[in-house]
Amino acid sequence: MTPAPTRYTPTAIALHWIVAALIIFNLCFGLYTVGLPLSPTKLRYFSFHKWIGVTILGLASARLLWRAFHPVPALPASMKAWELKAAHVSHALLYILFFAAPLTGWLFSSAAGFQTVYLGLIPIPDLLHKNKEVAEVLRITHHWVDYALAAVIVVHAAAALKHHFIDRDDVLVRMLPRPKPKSP
Amino acid sequence: MKSIFLAATLALAALSSAAQQKIIPAQSSIRFVTTQMNVPVEGAFHRFDATVSFDPKHPEATKAEFEVELGSIDLGTDEGDHEAKGKAWLNVAAFPKARFVASSVKSLGGDRYEASGALAIKGATQNVLAPFTLKEANGVRVVEGQFAVKRLQYKIGEGAWAATDTVADEVLVRFKFALPAK
Repeated sequence: MTPAPTRYTPTAIALHWIVAALIIFNLCFGLYTVGLPLSPTKLRYFSFHKWIGVTILGLASARLLWRAFHPVPALPASMKAWELKAAHVSHALLYILFFAAPLTGWLFSSAAGFQTVYLGLIPIPDLLHKNKEVAEVLRITHHWVDYALAAVIVVHAAAALKHHFIDRDDVLVRMLPRPKPKSP
Repeated sequence: MKSIFLAATLALAALSSAAQQKIIPAQSSIRFVTTQMNVPVEGAFHRFDATVSFDPKHPEATKAEFEVELGSIDLGTDEGDHEAKGKAWLNVAAFPKARFVASSVKSLGGDRYEASGALAIKGATQNVLAPFTLKEANGVRVVEGQFAVKRLQYKIGEGAWAATDTVADEVLVRFKFALPAK
């Protein structure tokens, strides 16, 4: 039996930060694009937004797979029961929303009659038939799922900072890339 | 004398079986496919009218006129419909109707035909070749076909929209018209 690791693997760290950057960018980018007047730029940006969403869906699946085959570092023993509970619930929520956000976007796009063609090259099948009423429901759902995701990300980041600066434990550091040892 | 002339006229009219007919709207459709960022996006026009006199035995004698109410465009989103009716696209306020007048129809063999005629949209007119099939069942003739339109030839999508990297120049028009067989 291998002892529980104290750090995340370089793969997990890379996936975490790439997905984090893509999600935060795409949340802001989507919100910005929705507000633009209809123009070729808006159509292009929506396509980019969908492509990033598809990328996030793929990488989030990769992260879930990674977790299935790797033990994660244990949380500090100093954490109270409610803190452990909150950590588990918020991480479960994050993973649910990683999938819910792109999936509701994909469904919305299908119902609106705009198929998603990844990078303009790979057509992703439409999950629903074109239907204006269904599209409107999904548009609102996608919107609120995205706000929920943004809210949980804020909680997640705030908790990480509390661990680092107030609890002074290694929860944040073990997800940071390890600096290269200085050459003599 | 007068009555003989009238009878002869009526007889002639009866001989040419191609009487003027109206299409059956509930069984007819005009759809189109634009390509946005490499993605086919379908739309439709819900209100149109046509007067057709067509005899499959004498396709060359066809007379047909189609009028499409461009304000009935349906792209599936209110934002899209509103934009399409605006000045840069169809400019429905100034050009409410598109019109196609078939000037000839020739047989391509079997149930296939090809209509040629002038298609006028937004003040511009271009010649169009529209191949179609003709099927008859239960007393209804169904004409179904498609042709491609280059939107920029009609200035549909002006200004920033004239760039074809977001919305392609070519728009596929798919039509289906049902006519009473007799």
